Amino acid sequence: MAGKTLYDKLWDAHLVRQNEDGSALIYIDRQILHEVTSPQAFEGLRLAGRKPWRIDANLATPDHNVPTTARAGGVDQIVDPVSRIQVKTLDSNCDDFGIVEFKMNDLRQGIVHVVGPEQGMTLPGSTVVCGDSHTSTHGAFGALAHGIGTSEVEHVLATQCLIAKKMKNMLVRVDGQLGAGVTAKDVVLHIIGVIGTAGGTGCAMEFGGSAIQSLSVEGRMTICNMSIEAGARVGMVAVDDKTIEYFRGRPFSPKGEQWDRAVEAWKDLVSDADAEFDHVVEIRAEDIKPQVTWGTSPEMVLPVDANVPNPEAEADAVKADGIRRALKYMGLSADQKITDIQLDRVFIGSCTNSRIEDLRAAAEVVKGRKVAATLKQALVVPGSGLVKEQAEKEGLDKIFIEAGLEWREPGCSMCLAMNPDKLGQGEHCASTSNRNFEGRQGFGGRTHLVSPAMAAAAAVAGHFVDVRELMNQ
Amino acid sequence: MRKFTQHTGVVAPLDRANVDTDMIIPKQFLKSIKRAGFGPNLFDELRYMDEGQPDQDCSGRPLNPDFVLNQPRYAGSSVLLARENFGCGSSREHAPWALDDYGFRAVIAPSFADIFYNNCFKNGLLPIVLNDSQVDQLFKEVEVNEGYQLTIDLERQVVVSPSGEEFAFEVDGFRRHCLLEGLDDIGLTLQNADSIKAYEERRRQEAPWLFDAIHN
Ligand code: SF4
Repeated sequence: MAGKTLYDKLWDAHLVRQNEDGSALIYIDRQILHEVTSPQAFEGLRLAGRKPWRIDANLATPDHNVPTTARAGGVDQIVDPVSRIQVKTLDSNCDDFGIVEFKMNDLRQGIVHVVGPEQGMTLPGSTVVCGDSHTSTHGAFGALAHGIGTSEVEHVLATQCLIAKKMKNMLVRVDGQLGAGVTAKDVVLHIIGVIGTAGGTGCAMEFGGSAIQSLSVEGRMTICNMSIEAGARVGMVAVDDKTIEYFRGRPFSPKGEQWDRAVEAWKDLVSDADAEFDHVVEIRAEDIKPQVTWGTSPEMVLPVDANVPNPEAEADAVKADGIRRALKYMGLSADQKITDIQLDRVFIGSCTNSRIEDLRAAAEVVKGRKVAATLKQALVVPGSGLVKEQAEKEGLDKIFIEAGLEWREPGCSMCLAMNPDKLGQGEHCASTSNRNFEGRQGFGGRTHLVSPAMAAAAAVAGHFVDVRELMNQ
Repeated sequence: MRKFTQHTGVVAPLDRANVDTDMIIPKQFLKSIKRAGFGPNLFDELRYMDEGQPDQDCSGRPLNPDFVLNQPRYAGSSVLLARENFGCGSSREHAPWALDDYGFRAVIAPSFADIFYNNCFKNGLLPIVLNDSQVDQLFKEVEVNEGYQLTIDLERQVVVSPSGEEFAFEVDGFRRHCLLEGLDDIGLTLQNADSIKAYEERRRQEAPWLFDAIHN
């Protein structure tokens, strides 16, 4: 019999009941809640007169709507009344049900996918869900983590379980050595470019190979974060020493004798050598250059030294039509150089790239340089209060401010512009976030997804440049 | 949950691939703490010429005449015909809520994104996968026949065209059962409370750290 994949192991360990029709009940260890996708779930519980099954398995924090400018005045100072009500609703739901919440001005507040691992709430071998598709991020630690809808948020609150069907196993193996200036973000954008935004649909996607192993756990988070942009709800990386080290001493990590037992158990969280995958994709690390998306889907991505595609060269009619539509929306012309795209704003942040290593990488590029005068704004938004505190200890805030970037309070910010940080119509933005959909960062806004280093380089130049050129200067 | 057994309705063709949930319902409307009322903002950025605001009366807003739902021949449509990877992107259940609130009962496409697909079933909205050539054929038939309707029979798992042609589709047994009966998932799961408790007992021995309380 073939061995088990990491996903098989996690699935088996959480199987409560397998039904004959193929559906199953799986146990959820941790749920993270935020203000946007939880209010209707709490309302549902109330209407049905149900109580949470295990209150202490939940953690909440507001992130999507919170302002990133000075906010000492608290929730009452959120200008948009609809946003304010949503954040207040989360506060009151958590207070009523007794769920731990890191409120807006708690030092531990931040983007759900930054906060969970940072607190050791996400642990290797756990199942983690959140009403947010980028929950795949947590799979970087050998956890089974995926986004769910609001009805499922309610289901998990009420039963601590999910009705699920086992997904297929997919392995994306990246072997070889990444070049200087090529980051985890470039790796995942490249993968999406190769397999497409539906390439992983129906699959749990494990990332492996020497290039993935060589990445830090934060880099692996960036990759798993965007598995959903490759169609896979679940992204995963096997546990190794780096994973285990990461959890030492975190607030909700196991302690003492429990820690030793946990570490023993975690060491088994790898796919067996003889495990069989339904799909395998192999990528050579050496083929990956710094990436930039030019269109309105994450698969519309190219290396920075490429030219924007020409729809006339596309044989497939639906695809050619997609290219035409994207070029029109993005205000680009066919065959134009990516490095000729002029930018209006730069956004460094989001659950993809707002952790300390991301901020360090961006700071290194802008240090001693100035943001181009043609830019309207360059924002740096740390992923959590703790990331912000650490960055300030290292003096990164000063480097950014000195260079002309704005240093903000933690939250989702311009990743989806539910708060006041947004693009104006027709504006181009170099963004370290994960989605370049039409209108994502503001009505009529034009998003280009890049790594933190590439965003920083673009901020300095005012247009896209290959960050490797700046690194040699 | 509302039952779905059989439905006949006018088909609206949305001829683009990778329609994401940001497109189905833009973020500013996700600030609502309610489940209903998203219909007027379904496909807001495609449907209107201006930028929509939450709680706004949409009746006076400038419509985009090119958008399919604004064309009189598709008025009152309740079956959406779409292209591959429909519903990709964010997990927002507001997307099926908006489709439902507008009046759609089913979406037909060659493929759906996983989370969206799952969310539909929780709301009595039926996502149907047909193959590329069948979807192509339906797009052609809709275009040339004004008032084109399809009948969807979940019991028999077929889509029936006006000419009587039948297209069989697959649907997971459990989901089909829940839709046909209009069952509440949570109630069903709670019937297994003993299995859940037994699992917790066993798992607590193996991995007690997963039962540590999240605390302040
Ligand atoms: S940072 Fe962006 S992608 Fe991540 S949770 Fe927030 S809104 Fe979603």
